[in-house]
Amino acid sequence: MLDRDQVLHVARLARLELTHDEVERMSRELSAVLDHIETISELDLESVAPTSHVIEIANALRADEPRPSLSREVALAGAPAVAEEGFEVPTPGS
Amino acid sequence: MSAPPRTATEAVEAIRAGQLSARELWLACQAAATDDELNAFTWVADADDGPNEEAAALPFAGIPLAVKDLFCTEGIPSQAGSRILRDYRPPYTATVVRQLLDAGASLLAKTNQDEFAMGSSNENSAYGAVLNPHDRGRVPGGSSGGSAAAVAAGIVPWALGTDTGGSIRQPAALCGIVGLKPTYGACSRYGMIAFASSLDQAGPLTRSVADAALLFSKMVGRDPCDSTSLAFPEAIELPRSERLDGLRFGVPDELTGEGVETGVRAAFEASVALVEQLGASVERCQLPHAPHALAAYYLIAPAECSSNLARFDGVRYGLRVDSQDGSLEEMYSRTRAEGFGAEVKRRVMLGTYALSSGYYDAYYGRAQRVRTKIAEDFRAAFERFDFILTPTSPTAAFELGARTSDPLAMYLSDFCTVPMSLAGIPAISIPNGASGGLPVGLQVVGPAFSEPRLLDAAHALELAHADRVKTIALPSPLRFEGNENGAAGARE
Repeated sequence: MLDRDQVLHVARLARLELTHDEVERMSRELSAVLDHIETISELDLESVAPTSHVIEIANALRADEPRPSLSREVALAGAPAVAEEGFEVPTPGS
Repeated sequence: MSAPPRTATEAVEAIRAGQLSARELWLACQAAATDDELNAFTWVADADDGPNEEAAALPFAGIPLAVKDLFCTEGIPSQAGSRILRDYRPPYTATVVRQLLDAGASLLAKTNQDEFAMGSSNENSAYGAVLNPHDRGRVPGGSSGGSAAAVAAGIVPWALGTDTGGSIRQPAALCGIVGLKPTYGACSRYGMIAFASSLDQAGPLTRSVADAALLFSKMVGRDPCDSTSLAFPEAIELPRSERLDGLRFGVPDELTGEGVETGVRAAFEASVALVEQLGASVERCQLPHAPHALAAYYLIAPAECSSNLARFDGVRYGLRVDSQDGSLEEMYSRTRAEGFGAEVKRRVMLGTYALSSGYYDAYYGRAQRVRTKIAEDFRAAFERFDFILTPTSPTAAFELGARTSDPLAMYLSDFCTVPMSLAGIPAISIPNGASGGLPVGLQVVGPAFSEPRLLDAAHALELAHADRVKTIALPSPLRFEGNENGAAGARE
């Protein structure tokens, strides 16, 4: 069960502003999904190694050769705000 | 020719034989896409931007291709079904799309999808739900629902989709077409807007198994821009098998019993009998951890999504909503609140929770161990069997709105397709007749990199199923100049 405070804490970590209604709904819906997910706690997984990648690949390397990348102009073309040839953002921390 | 080409393979042949020009086919598809009433497309090319004469000499002869919106296409909107990427035009094209265009496909349209590929009904798109061409009151499945609906309706010969937990196979099943989820790593993910990076794979949605093989043959390959991609170990030929002699099929109890609706089960049992008639053996088997796949998936996929979607922050591209207090953090959280839809928020929250301090081992770590067990189950099964057979989706297409208020019920739509995604193995859905007048899919599953054999087996089944599948065929919407009946007239 995920209570209101936990929902707000996770929302803060996720940088997601939630309305009052969304907090209530999230608490209810995520709790239902987590209840289902709890079924894996029945399994004995003590000696089982975790899988993060399913197909065996070792050392996927390529030659470290310089090549052209996006120009500054192209890289900035989709930005909501640009200043002094960079991405413009509000002052961090206020 | 007497009728519009039924498949991409037929269209290529007709162009080669001079019975149809690539231009004529382009114009017919472009008109049908412009007139589309299913909301399958988020962008359609201009009629003037069709293939040139040279394209006809390339392997795909210039025939039109529709591409799921989450593939980056240079200068063309690539919005991944999200408000946060409205009108986003990427500065580069995804490798897989590039390869298909180089092989002579012509980019006709971008297709609607569930936002960031999260959904099983296509109702989670910021650009509206897609309708199932077999019944417009029902969903086409998701998340590649626009691609599936467009191909099933005959508007485009074929389309590109992506599959994370069933997003190619389930909509293919619900729309009555073919959908292949390749082995993880077979196709480059470079330029695919990421959902869950350890699961996402691009694949074809087509009207025949041969078309799936043809499109897939140009999608594979190692890409220096995706370190998880691999060189496919052999060439992909067009499938030719008509029999299944000597092949061994396993039918897992866990994915064919409880939860599968009656009509789907009846269609599945009929296809099992057909497999035997074609000379193969069929035995029941167990995938003991498959019932836990959904739980593991709904930890791993949201965890990876919460990390991948951190990039949508109102800084480099897409939507920005200014903060009221002038702070950077509030700009982030307001942008994301406004830009993401309900399902994406739900999964970002679930994933952030599962990865948060104190819960990581209990959730994400455990889910990765379950993933190991699921992959082991399949490895053990493939020591006894060449292929595994299941229904693709436990139900036929459901009504619009039927599951939107119950996320868990929606997630259960994926219970036959998620185990293969976690194991990284290839699976194809082919049409398998109908249940209550709606298409049903049959899923054939093989070990990693078995696509050539898998496509061959699916081809034999497709031939044997032809009579049952005809009942769900839709009339072509393509109109060719000089022929009011929709059939291409003879050309000079």
